Amino acid sequence: MDLFISSLTIFVLAIFVGFEVINKVPPLLHTPLMSGSNAISGITVVGAMISVATPNTFTTILGFIAVVLAMINVVGGFVVTHRMLGMFKRKE
Amino acid sequence: MQNALINISYLIASILFILGLIELAHPRTAVRGNFLGAIGMLIAIVATLLDRGIIAAGVNGYLIIFAGLLVGSIIGMLLALKVRMTAMPQMVALLNGFGGGASILVAGAALIDAKDPNLQLTVATVASGIIGAVTFWGSLVAFAKLQDLISDRFGRFSGQQFLNAALLLISLLLGVWIVADPTATHAYWLLVVAASVLGIYVVTPIGGADMPVAIALLNSYSGLAGAATGFVLNNNGLIITGSLVGASGIILSQIMCKAMNRSLANVLFGGMGAMPAAGPTADQVYGGKVKSATAEDVAMVLDAARRVVIVPGYGMAVSQAQHAVRDLASLLEERGVEVEFAIHPVAGRMPGHMNVLLAEADIPYDKLKEMDEINSTFEQTDVAIVIGANDVVNPVARTDPKSPIAGMPILNVDKAKTVIVVKRSLSPGFAGIPNPLFAAENTLMFFHDGKKAVLELIGALKAA
Repeated sequence: MDLFISSLTIFVLAIFVGFEVINKVPPLLHTPLMSGSNAISGITVVGAMISVATPNTFTTILGFIAVVLAMINVVGGFVVTHRMLGMFKRKE
Repeated sequence: MQNALINISYLIASILFILGLIELAHPRTAVRGNFLGAIGMLIAIVATLLDRGIIAAGVNGYLIIFAGLLVGSIIGMLLALKVRMTAMPQMVALLNGFGGGASILVAGAALIDAKDPNLQLTVATVASGIIGAVTFWGSLVAFAKLQDLISDRFGRFSGQQFLNAALLLISLLLGVWIVADPTATHAYWLLVVAASVLGIYVVTPIGGADMPVAIALLNSYSGLAGAATGFVLNNNGLIITGSLVGASGIILSQIMCKAMNRSLANVLFGGMGAMPAAGPTADQVYGGKVKSATAEDVAMVLDAARRVVIVPGYGMAVSQAQHAVRDLASLLEERGVEVEFAIHPVAGRMPGHMNVLLAEADIPYDKLKEMDEINSTFEQTDVAIVIGANDVVNPVARTDPKSPIAGMPILNVDKAKTVIVVKRSLSPGFAGIPNPLFAAENTLMFFHDGKKAVLELIGALKAA
């Protein structure tokens, strides 16, 4: 129960941080914001890696597919965000 | 000790993600912000390789993990490098979906693998399964719609909301079963199936110009599914990141709803365009009043202009006109005309869509103006050129309180001295209502495909 309360605390505080930080992103950059947040939500990959390492073959397979899906998010998200951000230039 | 090290690495990763998002608030620092995020992810992944369970799984475990990381990286890289900027809404929809999919599988595996599942684990697993499945299938439907694989009419029927409510209830009941008896792992897959059907039917009624809300909301769900998975695994890295992404998606959907003066519930359940719009018919609005112009006519108007504002809409993306628009803007600037771009928050099919397209065409971002910033300047504008936008410039939003778009903040292009509207026909926009702007005294209609129209216009300007 104590563990749950501390996790819940982290969850709620992180949502507040999220609101504060994201509200400062201008509409100009909303698309890269979405693809960039896709990339970091690929952090599920660490959970998926742990599922791969379970002794049960079925859960290993589930974990493998999850690693692939999450990694598409990570790499696809960061790379496409980088591509987009490289296009935003000031008047020279 | 190992565990402490791994958890500290997750903390460092979370800090880097937050710093990255802070830097994303300005185009000058955004590239570095994205890098910080990537470094955080790398740290988290490398540290996880030291997990006790993973070490115990031996060489085979590592091989499978590396294979998965490699396959995912290659697919992600290909997607990211190949996707066209006009297709960015589809890309983000797909990535949202994959995030949800990963959460379903990780939570399912954790439930099966759990030796002594407690209440937190089972409840969080149920949440991951439901939110993850809704996100995955909902995002696939959104992708298919944006890619024109299925029509906006697909999967719409009366009583849909009852079906959805029933599906949600079934999912929740299956969830209760899992919580009561954690060994009933087959119930988890039934729950995923029920929530999958729910995900499909939640998104099918949302179409066209409401897509930005759907994409933003699914973005939020993918984050919340990740956070729920964090509760399943007691993993703070997932909890923090999931809540950041969840918050981001919620803020974006709120901004989109506000920009349409509609509530989230209205977007999700209202089905704009489903009901025949009241108010004057197209004939009453347009009859005999619409002035059609040729490229030469428009070039003549532009020749005398000192300040021009270009208003892009989804039509510009469809006809891939952004590069032609850039050429037109440069040509005008060479002649000493001041050119700016007016971006409505819901123009396009996802938040910020138009900005990315115009940036792709090398238009400096300081020329891309938000609605609130540019609206006061239309009165000093000689020519406003509307390319492929409709509802977001419909003055009815200001004047007719009974209109479906009443109260929606619009770009006040009608206040400009002359308005040029580039559009294929007088067909209505997503709201399904005629636009009196097209029949206004100071409006010239240039009936043509967006890209061809701009190219012809450039030709006429050079010839004049």
